[in-house]
Amino acid sequence: MVGATAAAPQDRGAGTSQTTARTDVPVLATVTFTVNGERRTLDLDTRTSLLDAAREHLHLTGSKKGCDHGQCGACTMIVDGRRINACLTLAIMHQGAEITTIEGLGQPDQLHPMQAAFVKHDGYQCGYCTPGQICSGVAVLEEIKAGIPSHVTVDLDAAPRVTEAEIRERMSGNICRCGAYSNIVEAMTEVAGGQA
Amino acid sequence: MKSFTYERPSTPAQAAAAVAGTPDAKFIAGGTNLLDLMKLQIETPRHLVDVNGLGLDTVEPTAEGGLRIGALVRNTDLAAHPRVRKDYGVLSRALLAGASGQLRNKATTAGNLLQRTRCPYFYDTAQACNKRRPGSGCSALDGVNRQLAVIGGSDACIATHPGDMAVAMRVLDATVETVDAAGTERRIPIAEFHRLPGDAPERDTNLKPGELITAVTLPKPVAGTHIYRKVRDRASYAYALVSVAAILGKDGTGHVAFGGVAAKPWRDAAAEADLPKGAKAVTDRVFADAKPTPENAYKLKLAERTLGAALNQARA
Repeated sequence: MVGATAAAPQDRGAGTSQTTARTDVPVLATVTFTVNGERRTLDLDTRTSLLDAAREHLHLTGSKKGCDHGQCGACTMIVDGRRINACLTLAIMHQGAEITTIEGLGQPDQLHPMQAAFVKHDGYQCGYCTPGQICSGVAVLEEIKAGIPSHVTVDLDAAPRVTEAEIRERMSGNICRCGAYSNIVEAMTEVAGGQA
Repeated sequence: MKSFTYERPSTPAQAAAAVAGTPDAKFIAGGTNLLDLMKLQIETPRHLVDVNGLGLDTVEPTAEGGLRIGALVRNTDLAAHPRVRKDYGVLSRALLAGASGQLRNKATTAGNLLQRTRCPYFYDTAQACNKRRPGSGCSALDGVNRQLAVIGGSDACIATHPGDMAVAMRVLDATVETVDAAGTERRIPIAEFHRLPGDAPERDTNLKPGELITAVTLPKPVAGTHIYRKVRDRASYAYALVSVAAILGKDGTGHVAFGGVAAKPWRDAAAEADLPKGAKAVTDRVFADAKPTPENAYKLKLAERTLGAALNQARA
């Protein structure tokens, strides 16, 4: 059993939420997880998203806040081997998790192959969605390798392959306002070829 | 977002007791819908009960030859499960047609059933919405309702269930298993799980307060071509305008459920007898009581044509 304690007495006033004003007292909880190989313990307001924990508390500002509603993918991180929208999950729900952000994939002097391919193929323009695109791109190739099908996989019984259609469908949760999609497909295709 | 206390119980019965015994408490699993709604203060729980530590995350064969899907099995894992791909293709297809890869990695089987409507008036807290604020009215009835229900609605609400997975589960005759705070287990046929709005649209399902979904069971597989066809405004990552979940034989016999048309997956088992006569014969019966708005009447023709495409696919 893990609990969170209120920093001050909770408002338990009568009435339901929508019509009644309620005193909004922050509630704190402690969480420990591993971020980019480093064990981190944080005391957080229970409301803190995993994205805000990374950006505001760990100062890992590579992951971006676009829509903050799971629609744009700019916040994509790899958690326990799976890409997720870090804006749509609470940090305190990730006790013991292994979290990889863009900073953990590679650094300017030691780029991850996907980062290098994005540079080579011009897979961005303004760059705001790029950390999410790259985290998602890395995870997408792992998903295809693991045999996870997609909406455009023709035969559910066969192993999916890296095709342009597969990449475009699987990357649909990452929006790029600059429209670098075709170059992102090229970057991912090259990395997939290198891995095959 | 309003503040809330948080706990992680160890057993399903403890979780149910925690929600039943705490004012304004909610379960949280994947959180992809609940947290979105909490940010907008459409949902304002004072206490969250995190069920992610309860197990309930395996897919097991049943003695009857079916499958028992744990409530916390993620959408990605369910869609990719070898038995589901082989024997319940309509379910794999429906899951893969929904949301994005990131969301499917988090979203759970139970949470998918419980996702709330995407009606724009439910989402806009400046608008009247009986589902969000009972008694406040429904701005959708005379508003922009192109995406909303054509059948089963009421004067209080014409919201749709937005999901794909439940439509496949409806055609598969799934059963929802639950446990309550007293530890009592219950089995709810999927047809009786979601509610039509009537005069209480704030209640999406027939779950009781604190009742926790533990699993969804599927009966033994039904032979035929498993098809899920979804028509939407974009090729990917968009809600259905109309969807068809079908299991069809080459002779055109089979089973069909429709999504995007009502507050629950819509199925008329009697009308399935007309499947060999073609799509129109079936949809004329299934939607005989439809009350579309001028903006969403297109869904009736779209349902007919989507079913027609499914019938063609099964014959090919």
